[in-house]
Amino acid sequence: MHMADALLSPAVGTTLWAGSVAVGGYASKRLKRQIDDRLIPLMGVLGAFIFAAQMINFTIPGTGSSGHLGGGMILAIILGPHAAFLVMASVLTVQALFFADGGLLALGCNIWNLGFYPCYLVYPLLYKPLAGESQNPGRIVAVSLVSAVAALQLGAFSVVMETLMSGKSELSFGAFLLLMQPIHLAIGIIEGFVTAGIIHYVRSARPELLESMAASRPLGVSISLRKVMATFVALAVITGAALSWFASTHPDGLEWSIEKITGKGELPEQDHGIAPVLRGIQERTAFLPDYGFKPAGNEPKKENAAPAWPGIEAGTSAAGIIGAAIVLGLILLIGAGIRSFRGRNA
Amino acid sequence: MSHHIIEFKDVFFRYPDGTEALRGIYFRITHGESVGIVGANGSGKSTLLQHMNGCLLPTSGTVTIGDLPLTRKTRQEIRRKVGIIFQNPDDQLFMPTVFDDVAFGPLNLGLDEACVRERVHRALGMVHGLDLRDKPPHHLSGGQKSSVAIASVIAMEPDILALDEPAANLDPRSRRSLITFLKTFKHSKMIASHDLDLILDVCERCIVIGDGRVVADGPSAEILSNRTMLEENSLELPLSLQRG
Amino acid sequence: MTFDAQYFDIGRLDRLSYGDTFVHHLDARVKVIATMLFLFTVISFPKYEVVALVPFFLFPVLLATLGEIPVLFILKKVLLVSPFAILIGVFNPFLDTGTVAVIAGIPISAGVVSFFSILLKFALTVSAALLLIATTSFPGVCHALRRLGLPPLFVSQLLFLYRYIFVLMEEAMRITRARDMRSFGTRGAGIKVFARLIGTLFVRTVDRAERIYYAMLSRGFQGDIPSLKRARIEVTDLAYLAAMVMFLAVFRFFRITEGIGGFAQGLLR
Repeated sequence: MHMADALLSPAVGTTLWAGSVAVGGYASKRLKRQIDDRLIPLMGVLGAFIFAAQMINFTIPGTGSSGHLGGGMILAIILGPHAAFLVMASVLTVQALFFADGGLLALGCNIWNLGFYPCYLVYPLLYKPLAGESQNPGRIVAVSLVSAVAALQLGAFSVVMETLMSGKSELSFGAFLLLMQPIHLAIGIIEGFVTAGIIHYVRSARPELLESMAASRPLGVSISLRKVMATFVALAVITGAALSWFASTHPDGLEWSIEKITGKGELPEQDHGIAPVLRGIQERTAFLPDYGFKPAGNEPKKENAAPAWPGIEAGTSAAGIIGAAIVLGLILLIGAGIRSFRGRNA
Repeated sequence: MSHHIIEFKDVFFRYPDGTEALRGIYFRITHGESVGIVGANGSGKSTLLQHMNGCLLPTSGTVTIGDLPLTRKTRQEIRRKVGIIFQNPDDQLFMPTVFDDVAFGPLNLGLDEACVRERVHRALGMVHGLDLRDKPPHHLSGGQKSSVAIASVIAMEPDILALDEPAANLDPRSRRSLITFLKTFKHSKMIASHDLDLILDVCERCIVIGDGRVVADGPSAEILSNRTMLEENSLELPLSLQRG
Repeated sequence: MTFDAQYFDIGRLDRLSYGDTFVHHLDARVKVIATMLFLFTVISFPKYEVVALVPFFLFPVLLATLGEIPVLFILKKVLLVSPFAILIGVFNPFLDTGTVAVIAGIPISAGVVSFFSILLKFALTVSAALLLIATTSFPGVCHALRRLGLPPLFVSQLLFLYRYIFVLMEEAMRITRARDMRSFGTRGAGIKVFARLIGTLFVRTVDRAERIYYAMLSRGFQGDIPSLKRARIEVTDLAYLAAMVMFLAVFRFFRITEGIGGFAQGLLR
């Protein structure tokens, strides 16, 4: 699934954008050096192909629901990592712009999640070494399955991390994982089968096609095992650090927020009965005309590690709500006014 | 300009999968001639046309355009002289707008911006497509696409024009416009088509291809009224001759 | 969404993007930058911000009305892509239950507030993105991106993609129709058939790419896709950008909405 702008924080969004742009620049450079001109129209049209293919759905046996192709793996197999990355990036860009599928700021995340992992991790480290030029259909299916599942799991995991680190959702790490990973396991299996199916079909219908394309694309990513290990270690360290930071500043979400709001101890966590709630409410939250919360300090510009959860009060004070209603009304008036003005002149 | 001679001498061509598409083609077209290429499907018409600008190179034999023999080195140069319009306009209009497509050729020729704009304007004018200038190709109708595809080639001002099934997907009016346009184009023309009436109308000379070879070569009026020969090559009399 | 519906949908947005209004004629680079700034500002609001987001709706409303984009159309598209954000956000009210306010006797938890915040941010960001294309045309955005620094190779990919999306979707439609006509019910829509259809589409695509390549060669292509100089930035464009920046700064850092509300409260008393 695609990451959405509304769940993203500026910091996370910018970081992933930077990452995607960097990889995109790298891919462009590598391609530019070695590209066979034939690839230029081919890449573009294959992007449109992925798009069209994504629109054809099929029924998943047993569930009755429908699914469709992602595309990263098949592209990487056919075009090689650099071209495939650019094509995936272009498909995602069009999706973001035309369908608002995944926001524009989240585009960086999506290109990373759905482009980097299949093209630059899974393909060179899993698919190519295990399946390579093999003609054995069974082997291709097996490796495609493993690759697709791996790529999608990595992608889904990234979405979890990105959402968590943006801090807009309350889902815990565990809960979120439980939500995302199994679904993407299923999607990955399907994608693996479809990928293998396409390769099989093309090999039987037009065998020379895959060879001629392999001949015209640049040599694969040259990876040294040491670099890979180093990258993985770095990733692990960063992930570990991030998780522990997260845990430390938000030790227990609920308790912490109550403390902030009421200035008292904890409201009984499990007790959702009316009485204690009302008690607490009575003292602090009564909806009186000019009563608002004591502000907890200026809200920070970014949603980041600073342990301040302000804005709650501002979000719900009386003045705020009245103001919001007025502003909304104004905006609608402006809109309607322009509309009728245009209508009269048209 | 006497050097716009097209000469195919003993041209053979075999596809990578072994199909022998051309088996000894020989003909000579001089400047200003308008020649129709007819033949059944699979006879080699398209293959022949693709030799005209070096998209394909002969397996043996020589192709000479102007005074340049066709080789890997010279084909870039030859492409300035020969403009080919392929069957499917969607394959030839690959830029975001009509203007971009028509400007593509002149820009590749290295012309400066003002000159390019002028050429685009002129070419679109010739096909009555000036109002299509800023539209994306997928907003155009079939006939409009064909017109723009032609404009995109004539903007390069080639000396020789080669067309592959130009009227294939056109409605009657667009087809008529095409025929009128072709008649006004005074340079050498080579038109491969199943539309024998079009050939009869536009080309004074006609070459029949069968099985990769030249079966007949002569004035269209003569060739296209030779029923036996046509039927031997899986063709028919042009419709206009079938009634009279 | 069914296949056909999706197809005509992208076509409609595409057609709208070639409109002829004041907004359409603004420089594409400026529009891209303004939209990105807008998005950035919206998501920079903290988790529980609801009220301060409301004024930001002015931007999509102005774009839609001045650009003559049907509002219902945009709304429908916003709703269409909402499932994921809603799916994730809907947990908030259940997980973050400290009550922060009572409105008309109903206790509102912090989680509800943050959920609303997500919804608002979602509506704002999605509509802004859609309206960017709706008022700029895809090639316009691509050229803007190129001039803003993206690699030309990537941009030409985008343009090719765009050019052939409609062609390929039509082809896919044809293939799907053929499949649907011959599979009575869902039996035929299984994965094997799907893979074969996709495989067919793929082969046709590659063949098409080959023909396109020949057409490009025939018109002198030598590796670089040429481009002409485009429009220049005018004063109106700069004014638009300045207005946008001011608007964003003011509404981000000052509690205007509350001010208005407080003022109204004062009046009522």
